[in-house]
Parts: sequence; structure tokens; C-alpha cells
Amino acid sequence: MATAENPKYKVIGTRPVRHDGADKVTGRAKYGADIKLTGMLYGAMLRSPHAHAKIISIDTSKAASLPGVRAVVTSADLPEQGDRIVELGEGAANMRHLSANILARGKVLYRGHAIAAVAADNIHVAEEAVKLIDVKYEVLPPVLDVRKAMSPDSPVLNDDIRTESVGSAPASKDSKPTNIAKHFLFEKGDVAAGFAKADVIVEREFDTSMVHQGYIEPHNATVHWNADGKITVWLSTQGSFTVRQQTAELLKVPISNVKVIPTEIGGGFGGKISVYLPPVAALLSKKSGRPVKLVMSRTNVFEATGPTPGSHMKVKLGATKDGTLVAGEAWIAFEAGAYTGSPIGPACMCVFACYDLPNGRVEGFDVCVNKPRTNAYRAPGSTHVAFATETLVNEICEQIGMEPAEFRIKNAAKEGVRRVDGPVYARVGLVETLEAIKNSEHYKTPLEGKHRGRGIASGFWFNCGLKSAASATVNPDGTVSLLEGSTDIGGSRTGIAMQLAETLGITAEEVTPTVGDTDSVGYCDVTGGSRVTFATGIAAIEAAKDIQRQLVERAAMIWEVEPSKVSYSEGGVHGPDGRHLTFKEIAGKLHATGGAVIGRGTSSEATQGGAFGTHCVDVEVDVDLGKVQILRYTAAQDCGTAIHPSYVEGQIQGGAVQGIGWALNEEYWYDDMGEMRNATYLDYRIPTCYDVPMIDTIIVEVPDPQHPYGVRGVGEVPICPPPAAIANAIYEAVGVHMHELPMSPPKVLAEILKKQ
Amino acid sequence: MSAKRVVTLTINGDPVEVLCEPRQTLLEVLRNNLDLTGTKEGCSNGNCGACTVLMDGRPVVSCLVLAVEAEGAELRTIEGVACGSHLDEVQSAFLEGAALQCGICTPGFIVQTEALLEANPNPTEDDIRFYLAGNLCRCTGYDKIVRAVQAAAEKRQTAAAN
Repeated sequence: MATAENPKYKVIGTRPVRHDGADKVTGRAKYGADIKLTGMLYGAMLRSPHAHAKIISIDTSKAASLPGVRAVVTSADLPEQGDRIVELGEGAANMRHLSANILARGKVLYRGHAIAAVAADNIHVAEEAVKLIDVKYEVLPPVLDVRKAMSPDSPVLNDDIRTESVGSAPASKDSKPTNIAKHFLFEKGDVAAGFAKADVIVEREFDTSMVHQGYIEPHNATVHWNADGKITVWLSTQGSFTVRQQTAELLKVPISNVKVIPTEIGGGFGGKISVYLPPVAALLSKKSGRPVKLVMSRTNVFEATGPTPGSHMKVKLGATKDGTLVAGEAWIAFEAGAYTGSPIGPACMCVFACYDLPNGRVEGFDVCVNKPRTNAYRAPGSTHVAFATETLVNEICEQIGMEPAEFRIKNAAKEGVRRVDGPVYARVGLVETLEAIKNSEHYKTPLEGKHRGRGIASGFWFNCGLKSAASATVNPDGTVSLLEGSTDIGGSRTGIAMQLAETLGITAEEVTPTVGDTDSVGYCDVTGGSRVTFATGIAAIEAAKDIQRQLVERAAMIWEVEPSKVSYSEGGVHGPDGRHLTFKEIAGKLHATGGAVIGRGTSSEATQGGAFGTHCVDVEVDVDLGKVQILRYTAAQDCGTAIHPSYVEGQIQGGAVQGIGWALNEEYWYDDMGEMRNATYLDYRIPTCYDVPMIDTIIVEVPDPQHPYGVRGVGEVPICPPPAAIANAIYEAVGVHMHELPMSPPKVLAEILKKQ
Repeated sequence: MSAKRVVTLTINGDPVEVLCEPRQTLLEVLRNNLDLTGTKEGCSNGNCGACTVLMDGRPVVSCLVLAVEAEGAELRTIEGVACGSHLDEVQSAFLEGAALQCGICTPGFIVQTEALLEANPNPTEDDIRFYLAGNLCRCTGYDKIVRAVQAAAEKRQTAAAN
């Protein structure tokens, strides 16, 4: 634990109890579903039983006349969007698609697609009313396989989608609609010449299934559309400002008419950025004149919200006998779900991101299929491609007889290396994470026992900067009230408060952080991209510096000297002739010297330094059942500077276990008609605490020069390496190469039997 | 819809009478009728454990219990774990050990842990993982939860010995 003993800082690197902790262990913390307003109605939604169908008619008359029903809405109540592309903070969206995803318009494109909604006096009446809505469908053949969806004779989901080739002129509107919404191509060097130099070339095809973020708290929204046209939204979200914008755009009202009050949030992992419920609850509220609460069921969450795509990938790597990578090629097709928007772009950028690859070619496709519209999920797209590349790397190592950690260190991406998609790395810490694993107690201890194997793999995530804002008020008792706009999913308000405290030279406990609503705090982009501790941290540091400047002025006034003769350091102001006031002392003099001191800060860095991690796993394979047990797990990650090491470790551990679930159990299991047959937790099977061991972490600190304290985001990288590391361990254990996720017992057993 | 019934029970030591529909689950009645929203809903089919409460000392998922079945029962919910403003050992261990991230599963884990430590004051790591396997957490990877339970058990054992 480098930071804990880091004498450079007083607050950073310590482990204070989080500010929202007591509320969360006593049940007092208010999450979205806990909101209860006077006169509130409860809503329920009708969802499609079909994966692909035309809506012939919707008759809501019986539902509307059920006693206790106060409002019924369908897409006819949503404004027409036309062909509008709107930037929503984390990528642009076609408003027509976003609107049709909220309430289906003319066609349903996946099972669970919302069609209508009811608000009633209680949830039971609302649910009864939903059953009385009569929808006539013309059922269409579902498109469920990404490769079939790409073929010219496939049924087409959206009649307004033509392939958008990045860097090319847009396709003519007169051309035939297609399911291939986007096409990416990145090239570097001369791929053919590169492969010609290779002594060893491996090429494999990989398949991964759609998987869900799996946050424990279902989506929710409570909305009141007031008589003055002002709309208030209470919900759990990763970004209150993006909810404000999406809600306003979908309802075609000014953003200033929408106020979003973020509640505590029960997990997101990328899945709580897109809006599903607020516009619907808003329409129900407008019609009924009462606040309306909508909460999804767990099955709704699986069937109709943000999974990450399933994929088909073909990846090829070439190396020379001395262990130098010379060329790589990748072809990646992602299931976008019903509408365009899979993370195919990031996947193409990540596929060779861990390597100094002189020659590369990456081609990617975003393909619509009759499954839910996909959304961000922790390092979107990177886990898929790490599974492919990192298992191929091990195959190469085996063929040339090189130790996998050594090979990775020799070929690792480092400062000055250009990625296939163009950017050149600044100072990054991949080599350091590889060295950390190589030197770990885990890696150095031989693994003994039958059918046991060890695997390692690395992963990359960009981490983004984007916009954040914070303000901080000095209280007369020497404490600071910090207001920031990043909804807090895992302790970030404490991490941000610690950076403010460090800058002012006070303790973390002397700062009281609050996550503000959209009317009380400056614009903040979403809690995503591993950006909050970095970017909102910078905003808080700027706010602290603003406070320092103002306190210097106040001290100068008190001492009757020029402000230039006063400085702020070590938790207080210092003037000529040894004059000194501690932060607390000067805070107590604010009322007499002009009133409140309010610091403000913003940040808008486009990027931050990339983050890398390397994981090591030991497994045991039951050769009769195909079941893989995780015996030991160590994850090393470059986090720049760990602000609160416990929550850094927690991110790494949680990400690793999500990756283990993706590797071994989790998948969307569709029947031929496009019905998800495992849309409950029991059948979808995220890891329980009985499935995993302790997850050991090694925090590597290679400070990011873009952040005053060197922070790099930590949230996303840890999900990338596990599937590949586990596949590599399975190969060591039983000699079978796994090219499909999840590596569930039937699939592992099938490979074992094939080999026998 | 059948007629509403009055259910009489004890919640966190207090006698409670509540009017509810026979189709309402205990979870719904706790949250909606009684405003005890510390008990969370994650799946409503008994898979995730977020709604765990102690019913006559036994942990149950309150989404699979009808409120009318709780007639005469003694319930303990997350709101009854702390003694006034004094957190109990399990709650403090979760805080000190950073055993929560988003916190939505935390009430269920704490209540289930109370039942574990009642039944087995000195559990092994394997005992803990087995007993808590019905409580899902998606954020932490369980490492710090298991360690917090170990710390709470130790603290309680030390307190009992003194």
C-alpha cells in the first residue's frame, strides 16, 4: 500500500469513514424507490411479449375506465422527434430512436419494449389496468444473431438506418436500410508486411454473449409535472444533468423547466445513464396532475435496460521467435440491440491497446438485433476484446516458449507508443502492473494440484475527463460544506472531499460533501468513464484554491497589509512578522470581514491518463462437470494516486468479480423467438460470495501528470482482464482453449470431451 | 381483491397495527404502509436478499412473505439494528472496513449477518460465505464484506469475554 505510508500527503492516502456511511448502514439513506410524495400515484408499464412485431393497434379504453386509474399514456403522447441527433454528455443519440425506446412507436424491437403506461392509486390497480390494454401485433421474424443480422437477406429492424462509416461520406438516404449501423476502420503501419515478418501467427474466432450490469437497485423515477409547467424528477441516476437534458429533449420542453434531484443510487456500472422512466412518469403526471412513481421489476431490468453487447470477433496476432509482436488484425461485430449505439468504437481502440504493435488493422461493426438497446457497462467494449487478444498472446507465448509476463513486459504499451487508432500514450503504468504481478507472492508461489492452472491477463481503459463543477462554503466553525454534482455510486463524495481537505490543510471529517440537484450546482457530466475522482476532484481542488485566495484577502484586511504579503499554506494564512491564523481561526472571523467565503471550481479536461491493470488467477477445473472454481486471485492496477485506498481496492475487487461472473456464468439466454429465458437473478446467476475467494489487490501508483495529486480513474479497468486470465488458467489446468463466453460448465465440459 | 385486514405484530420492539390487503407482501407493507424504507427491494422474487428481515429471529426475504402471514410475529428490520444513535458492531465494521459501495444491499447483508452471528458467534470464512450466499452485492466483490463480518464477530467475542 504505497499511499498509506505516503508522507507527501496528510489526507490523501488515509481511510476515513465515508460521509454517507451512517445513513447507509442504518437504512436511512434515501434511494430512488424510497421517495414518497403527497398524493403520489404508482405507475406500471405494458411491455412487448414479442421480440419483433408491428403494432397494429393499441386500445387503452378498458384500462382507463378501471376505478383507481388516473392516467394512461402511449407513444402518441410523446412529441415527434424527427431526425434529430443530440449530444447527451457521453455520446450522441438519435432522438427518434431514444423516444421509440421509451415508448414503442409503430414497432416493437425486443421483448420487454415499453408500449404503454398507467398511473393508479396503488401499484396493484396499475398492474391490473396494464393487463386490460389490448394491443394487436403482426409478429415478425426476430433477428438474434449478429452475423445473420449483417447478411443482406436478414430482416431489417429500423427503416431509417444506413451504415455510417467513420471517416466516410454518409450513405444516401435512398439506399436500402440495413442492420449495420456503424463501421469503424483503424490502420497503422503495413499489416501484410508485418505478418510476413512473423515466425508465429495465431488467429481465432471468439463469441461472447450479451451480459447485464446487474446493479441491485432497479431503475426508478418519481416525477411531478407542476401546474406552472415545471417538472421535478427524483431518481437514482449516474448523471442528473444528462437526465435533465434527455427528459427535456424527449418531452420537447426547455431544460430550465426540468429539475432533477438525484437520490442515492444503488449501482449503475454504465446502465443508469440512459433515460427510460422519467419522460413516461412525467406524461402520467401531466395527465393526472399528481406526482407519479415508476419502478421497474427485476425482469424489466434484464429485458429492457442496458446490457452490454454480445459479440463475434476474429483476431489475429503475429510475433517473431524472439518474442516481438509484429502485427495484429481484428474484425469485431457487436450487437447494438434494437437501436444503434454499442461501444464498438472503444472496442476497436482497446483491442491492441496493451501492446506496442507496429502494424495493425482493426475493423468494427455496430449491428442492430432484436435485443434490448445496449448501454455502457464498465470499460464498455474493452472486456470483450481483452478476452480475445489476451488469450491469443498466451497462445503465442506457448508456441515460442516465452513466459507470458515476460512477453507482455517486452511488448507493453508505454509512454510514446502510438495506438492503432492514433493517440500516443503519455506516462502510463502497464509495465509497472506487470512487474507487480510478476513479483507478487501469488505469482512466485508454485501452484500444485491436479486440474489446476494459473493465468494472467492485462486490460486497458482510456478514462475520461469531461466537465465537473463544485462549490464550497466556509463555515464559521472551521468546517467546509462542499456541494458537487457527481452522483455518488461508491464513495466518491468522500474521495472528492478528501482532495478539498488536502488542499486546504484540514481533515476529511471537517468537510461535509453534498451531491446537489441540477438547480443548485454547476453542470457535471455523468458519473462514468472513471472520471469523478479525477475531474470532480479537480473542481474541488480549484474550489479550495479559490477559498485560499479569498482567505488571503481577508487576512490582509485584518492585518492591514497588502494581500501579496499574505500566503496560504499548512492549513492557514501566513503574513509578515510571523503573523498566522489557522483555517479555523480565520473561518471564525468571516462574519466580521465581509461575510461568506464561497469557493468555486470547474474542470473540463477532455481526457486523463489511461489506466492499465494486470490480473493473476488460479483455477481448478472439475473435469467431470466442467465447473471452474476460482482458487486465488490477485489484481494489480495503476491508479495514479490512491485517494482513499479502501475504495480503490473496492473498485478493483468489485470489477474483478464482475469480470469473473462474465467469464464463468453470466449470459443472456434467448430462445428462437427472442425471449430471454433467464431474466431473474437466480437464473442469470451473478457471483455470490460463495463463488469467489478474497480478491488481493496491488495498488500501483504512477501519477497522472494531468491531475494535481496524480489521480487516475480506477473504476473500469478491473473488469477487463478476468475472462482472459481465467481462460488462460483453464488452458493451463486442462489443456483446452476457450473461445466463448461464458465459460460455463457445459461449454468447458464440451471442450474437455472434444479433446479426449 | 379481498377485504383489507388488520395485522398486529411487533417491529423493532414496538407494537404495530397495520391495515393491509391480503395480496401485499411484507416488504411492500414495511416500505409503503409503514415507511420503513431501509429494507430494500432488488428483485421481489427472493433471489437477492436485499429485503432480508428477521421474523421471530429467523432471516426471511420479506418479498416472499405476505404481510398477513406476519400476524403476531416479532420483526427486526435494519432500522432496529442500531441502539438509538449507537451503531452496533456489524454496522461499525461495515463502515470502518469500507464494506459498502452503493449501499443498496447493505441493510440486507447487515440483517443477515446479525442472524449469522446469533447462530454462530465465531464463524470461519467459509461459514460466512455460505451463510451470506443468498445476499447479492454487485459492487464490492464481497471481499470487504466478509472481512467486516469477521471483524464484527471478533469485536463481539472480545466484548463478550470482558
